[in-house]
Amino acid sequence: MKKTYKIDVDCANCANKMEEAANKTEGVKSAVVNFMTLKMKVEFEDGADPAEVMPRVLENCKIVEDDCEIFFD
Amino acid sequence: MTKKQKKMLVRILIAAACIVVLELLPVEGALKFALYMIPYLVVGYDILKKAGKGILKRQVFDENFLMALATVGAIALGEYTEGVAVMLFYQIGELFQSYAVGKSRRNITELMDIRPDYANLLLEDGSTERVDPDDVEIGTVIVVEPGEKVPIDGVVVEGRSALDTAALTGESVPRNVSVGDEIISGCINQTGLLKIETTKEFGESTVSKILDLVENASSQKSRSEAFISRFAKVYTPAVVYAALALAFVPPIVRLLMGMPAEWMTWIYRALTFLVISCPCALVISIPLSFFAGIGGASKEGVLVKGSNYLEALSQTKVVAFDKTGTMTEGVFEVANVVPAEESGINKETLVELAAYAEIHSSHPIAESLIKAYGREPEAGRVQDVAEYSGHGVKAVVDGREVCVGNTKMMAQLGLAAPQVVSGGTVVFVAVDRVYAGYIEISDRVKKTAAEAISALKKVGVRKTVMLTGDRQQAAEAVGKELQVDEIFAELLPADKVTRVEQLLSEKSEKEKLVFVGDGINDAPVLSRADIGIAMGAMGSDAAIEAADVVLMDDDPKKIAKAIKISRKCMRIVYENIYFAIGVKLICLVLGALGVANMWVAIFADVGVMVIAVCNAIRALRVKNL
Repeated sequence: MKKTYKIDVDCANCANKMEEAANKTEGVKSAVVNFMTLKMKVEFEDGADPAEVMPRVLENCKIVEDDCEIFFD
Repeated sequence: MTKKQKKMLVRILIAAACIVVLELLPVEGALKFALYMIPYLVVGYDILKKAGKGILKRQVFDENFLMALATVGAIALGEYTEGVAVMLFYQIGELFQSYAVGKSRRNITELMDIRPDYANLLLEDGSTERVDPDDVEIGTVIVVEPGEKVPIDGVVVEGRSALDTAALTGESVPRNVSVGDEIISGCINQTGLLKIETTKEFGESTVSKILDLVENASSQKSRSEAFISRFAKVYTPAVVYAALALAFVPPIVRLLMGMPAEWMTWIYRALTFLVISCPCALVISIPLSFFAGIGGASKEGVLVKGSNYLEALSQTKVVAFDKTGTMTEGVFEVANVVPAEESGINKETLVELAAYAEIHSSHPIAESLIKAYGREPEAGRVQDVAEYSGHGVKAVVDGREVCVGNTKMMAQLGLAAPQVVSGGTVVFVAVDRVYAGYIEISDRVKKTAAEAISALKKVGVRKTVMLTGDRQQAAEAVGKELQVDEIFAELLPADKVTRVEQLLSEKSEKEKLVFVGDGINDAPVLSRADIGIAMGAMGSDAAIEAADVVLMDDDPKKIAKAIKISRKCMRIVYENIYFAIGVKLICLVLGALGVANMWVAIFADVGVMVIAVCNAIRALRVKNL
């Protein structure tokens, strides 16, 4: 399953770091962050529940970049 | 400017003013330190805070941490002005970047500002009601006033007007529409009030599909972007370790050799390294170039689905294309009228008789004859019309028996039809059982098609290939006119795939093959080619989905234009990569040798970023390519 989320982050390198952090999160098959459109496209692993995975993605992103937000409600 | 940016600007101005004043004040010692802390903290407190948080989360290669380390280090060495200036310029750079990115984000969104906000529903009593386009059902009549956007695809049921399609196609000439015409959403109604019966839901309408495409474009990353992400990941740690080595190795070596260590000098040089370590210039300018390139292309009616396709497009060497609908109009037209000399009939009469004989037929050939005749045929002049399937038509026109058909029909009449070599369809005409001549009907080649092919050659396309399901003769006629290198005719859709695969195997990996088609039965080929370009998104859903690049209008000249846009974008991308990496490496070397001081390092960091961002925005300007 693929979903696109709006994100907020200030610098391009931070967006790259968020992408890396999201990709390392359990339940995420692959994630692409587009800094220019401020969007994160997440492909979930089979059987993963986005509602459960996304808070973990945000948590991991907050570690590498404190000043970021993902809107997944 | 956003609130955040304004606040930053105020902080920068206050800090800058403070530094100027402090430079003029004759203070020394602890007081000097205390006074310099004012601008430093005003401009950099958030960086210091983030750096602190970063340390707690073990993110030591974070830009904030590096900036904090470099500036604190400089201040500790007594270089107050430089320490504060580095922080100040770093913040100026960040502000500039966030402003430039925000501005181009807005610019590009405005370009594609075709989202209709409402639809005017026509009520039974003749009044209208504003509703959300999402709530309009298929078959509802909506009203579009002059100046409003057409919200949903539909058919005109009342009124006539000119439509501005520029936002969709880049075409500046307005399109005239009247009752019965299909119109697509996203156009702007210019002159008259239109009543439209919707044929699609909002979500299925052209405007929604295009917006979806544009908003999801550039989620496919190009190789250059992937390279930069990887580079950034290695670059920052490498420079930091180099800085560490620079701070400790030379002084220790000097001590061992019995020379004074000069700790201060080497630590200062190491700190300049930290200032240069931020990969911002690259990391922001490359995606920004692609974003601007894709934005500029969509302004010209070329929709690119991702930066990877823009990158591939710049390496186009082979272009294969479909004939009907791509290079030709897909509309039949009388191309040639040849009366038989001995019959004494002139061209006009021949067309007139043929048109009258075909008066009741709805075949495209009949329509083209009536169109060539140019007047409304009077039904009273025709009697006893009889159609012979697979042969032609017989009718009595003004008392004369006219037969219009193919060679078989002529043979049936006992007449010998001449052998005609033609790129189109030939109909023969006999009047009162005497052969009177033939009319050649062909699909019209698009006005810009020949120009399009020569433009492709000019941009360095090595080979142009036409793949068509049409007859060999017809294909050759068009191919010759356009000066195409290779022609393959009478192909089934599956044969086209085989041909494209063969073409793919004949070229090297670096050369890219583009296939251009009108999308409906070309879908398999479009997806098989390196880059599939669909012609005319207006109306064809299959085109939008199967292709990587969509030309909004049907103009084949846009193929070369798309290639040029991609080349410009890629040139800018490479300029930025070489420029940014080059300047940084040179400054690192100069910094290590002690030639470059912290001011040079600031230029290498912030200056390069500003220049690279300005250069990236150039990719948006593609109008005159």
